[in-house]
Amino acid sequence: MTEVPGQTAADLALDDRQTRPKNIGARIKRTEDPRLLTGRGTYVDDRQARGMLHVAFRRSDHAHARILSIDAAAARAVPGVAAVLTAGDLADDAVPVHAVSRMANYYATPIRALASDKVRFVGEPVVAVVAESRYVAEDACELIEIGYDPLPVVVDPEAAVRADAPLLHEEAGTNILVQREFKRGDFEAEMFAAPVRVKGRFRFHRKTPTAMENRSYLAEYDGGRDELVLHSSTQVPGIIRNALSEALGMPGHRLRVIAPEVGGGFGGKASLYPEELVVALAARKLGRPVKWTSDRMEDLTATSHGFDETIDAEMGLDHEGRVMALTADVIGDVGAYSIYPWTCALEPVQVVSFLPGPYRIQNYRGTVRAVATCKAPTGPYRGVGRPISTFVTERLLDMAAHRIGIDPRDIRLKNFIQDHEFPYRIGSGIVWDRSSFTDCLEAACKAVDYDALRRRQAEARAAGRWFGVGIASYAELTGIGSRISVAPGMPLNTGTETARIRIDTTGGITAAFGIASHGQGLETTLAQVVADKLGVRVEDVRIIQGDSAAVPNPTGTYASRSTVLASGAATLAARTLRAKVFKAAAHLLDASADDLVAEDGRIYVPHTNKSTTFKDVARAVYLEMGRLPGEAREELEAAGTYDPVLGTTTSASHVAVLDIDPATYAIRLEKFVVAEDCGRLINPLIVDGQVHGGVAQGIGAALYEEVVYDDDGQILTASLVDYVVPAASEIPPMQVVHMQTTSPAIGGFRGMGEGGTIGAPAAIANAVSDALAPLGIEIDELPVTPERLFRLIQAARSRTGDQE
Amino acid sequence: MSAGKTIRVTVNSVIYERTVEPRLLLSDFLRQELALTGTHVGCEHGVCGACTIIVNGDSVRACLMLAVQADGATVETVEGLGSIHKLNPLQKAFQEQHALQCGFCTPGMLMTVTDLLRKYPLATDEDIREGLSGNLCRCTGYEHIVRAVRTLVRQTEGTP
Ligand code: FES
Ligand code: FES
Repeated sequence: MTEVPGQTAADLALDDRQTRPKNIGARIKRTEDPRLLTGRGTYVDDRQARGMLHVAFRRSDHAHARILSIDAAAARAVPGVAAVLTAGDLADDAVPVHAVSRMANYYATPIRALASDKVRFVGEPVVAVVAESRYVAEDACELIEIGYDPLPVVVDPEAAVRADAPLLHEEAGTNILVQREFKRGDFEAEMFAAPVRVKGRFRFHRKTPTAMENRSYLAEYDGGRDELVLHSSTQVPGIIRNALSEALGMPGHRLRVIAPEVGGGFGGKASLYPEELVVALAARKLGRPVKWTSDRMEDLTATSHGFDETIDAEMGLDHEGRVMALTADVIGDVGAYSIYPWTCALEPVQVVSFLPGPYRIQNYRGTVRAVATCKAPTGPYRGVGRPISTFVTERLLDMAAHRIGIDPRDIRLKNFIQDHEFPYRIGSGIVWDRSSFTDCLEAACKAVDYDALRRRQAEARAAGRWFGVGIASYAELTGIGSRISVAPGMPLNTGTETARIRIDTTGGITAAFGIASHGQGLETTLAQVVADKLGVRVEDVRIIQGDSAAVPNPTGTYASRSTVLASGAATLAARTLRAKVFKAAAHLLDASADDLVAEDGRIYVPHTNKSTTFKDVARAVYLEMGRLPGEAREELEAAGTYDPVLGTTTSASHVAVLDIDPATYAIRLEKFVVAEDCGRLINPLIVDGQVHGGVAQGIGAALYEEVVYDDDGQILTASLVDYVVPAASEIPPMQVVHMQTTSPAIGGFRGMGEGGTIGAPAAIANAVSDALAPLGIEIDELPVTPERLFRLIQAARSRTGDQE
Repeated sequence: MSAGKTIRVTVNSVIYERTVEPRLLLSDFLRQELALTGTHVGCEHGVCGACTIIVNGDSVRACLMLAVQADGATVETVEGLGSIHKLNPLQKAFQEQHALQCGFCTPGMLMTVTDLLRKYPLATDEDIREGLSGNLCRCTGYEHIVRAVRTLVRQTEGTP
């Protein structure tokens, strides 16, 4: 095995000798919890500032229209209104930003604070009213008159690609904002030669992340110092800081973006939003603190949506069920803009990148078009592309297994990349490192007692009941390093993280990171890592994150990367810091640094009475001159930057067990089992929680959630009554089994924040198809609502009726 | 702005007297007037349950009530449960079972469960899930919340 920098045998031996780790791998209670459980967490909307003003937006009620006039005189006259802002009013204050990329065939749409000239989706902000209270701001909003010249509306992405389609962005000359193709092997010949071919047109409808906390921004500007602080419910304070710097023309050291307590994100808070720009601009313009908090309708209409693809795919196999070729053409409906910084390529391109999955599929062709329509922009949503690629590939495999007459479990076992084949480059160019593909499936089947379920199914079928079992296996790339980039040349570095750890004069230990936790418990997990690597207690370490001022290259939390990258950085920084502490301690104890051990904040020479503490070392270094020679009084601070270069492979198999009520067509999930390999676990409690939450979102995606636009581009799912997020009564008991194949990354960790959402939709689609196999129904569209099910069953029955 | 109305509300055993606009929501009253920001607002149309509080002994959605309707009422919010250094048994169970992630739904969950535990035996997991079904959580998938409530129910059964 090749040695990874920061993880060499010598490094590990040193860590082993010098510390007594006890936190990594333990089910440690989260340090975040007490404040959150007592209502003392501070989310953005909980903050008040003296003289604070509130924003309400007047949003477009047209899907596509030219703005002819805006009359805001009546709104301006409302007592308590401080300002009414339009694109024109802000023209000199900011420049548009662009989600740039070096991708060929890509058009980066300008992103502005407010719509100028044209509106391109219902809910796009057009005018901002700033007033003493939100109530007053909303009153005034209603008095604004906007004159529109409606333009032809583009809602169907397949219509949008036609040559005569009306254009959203005339400058682009097309509605196809990106086009890409991946090819490997002789897919044509192999497909032609394949004795078994299965294909389908698959549809994965649009979703929206729906974090329970709506987005919220509070900007404070200090005119005397020319400094702006934005409190933002964002996952990516570093990225927002950079975007503001560009848009507002302010250097980064005058800007600070703080993400305090953030109430969930799931990708929906990982992009720059026009409202963020407006709040910052208004605060600078008016010299007063300005806050905006989204209401749920605004959230459902104007927070980035997710997924929304149509995939024509075909799989060719031999008689035994070995895949010979896979081809797919993907259309991604990306909405009105190319979101910053991810670009509109992120979501649909990931679909084609991951279609070959954990399988030995060497002959592959995937094409993708990202198409602009008059809908909210899509952005990252938990799983990004992979829930869809997994849905398609796993459905095709089940269809093939059915055709050939082998068990769905066996067809997967036959096609998995085997342990001796890693690292393995799949048809789209992604390289998998060793991960438990086969073991996960076997463990999941064992946990659920797969064979017993098949026996139960036989009985159920004999009794005319619809009972189904569905498997989905997948692999994902997590903790990606600098050599992997979804859209080359994006305005951000996803590949490295920095940690700065310092010990102050009182012995207080502070570890600062560029990431931003919003429910993942990173304050706890990173403290576990720092504590183990330094040799102190978890409660001795304070974690700073969610603050663009913490490190020079602040980022955020997205793409299942924070644990892998930040833990790696923490390990490197802690090692350097430990060496400095040991150097000083060795002098104090009159011992060799090589003989020292750090444990629970104490530094000692084993089997002697020589012992000191981190606190005492700090005092000797900083305060009590004379105790140490100059060269042992180094500042107790260290930084570490980690780049996992290629990233890590996380894999899992999901099994869904369900039955379908023949009277109501309601689908009742009985059980859901996940066997996953995210490498070494830092905190099993937290890992389980992440999987459960991801699976619940996958269940939502499979059965309930769908953003619906009508033919005029009006959104019909603008409340939580219409956009159905599953409640406890819709979610079955879950079981999670862990395989722990250590990864090549520092610490052996792999990322796992998104996986639950990747596997669940496919597993459920397979289970529903399995339940309805006697009727010959194959699920090719998600969510599979009772209404869709009703139509499918009706159609199947009339088919069989015809045959009889 | 319409004329204010003076109301008297007891929140977590403290009596507050304030003059408010008749259209002010109870959730905004708690958060903005009393700075009790533990009560969260996730939808303002009574679906998500984040704003759940207990008014005169019953759980209600603070976003569906006007502050003036709470005149004379006794209100319990999350701030009235245990404190940071002395969590109450329900809060402890939530921490031990990792029943919260981002924490946004948590105050509403805690108030709902507080009300459920006072009124129902919650004998089965289905009962617990049914009882929680008016509170949305997007992070936890509910599994650990159900476990936390179940552990607590068992503990309370154990104590005479
Ligand atoms: S905010 Fe009251 S129910 Fe959602
Ligand atoms: S913990 Fe985040 S919504 Fe429940």
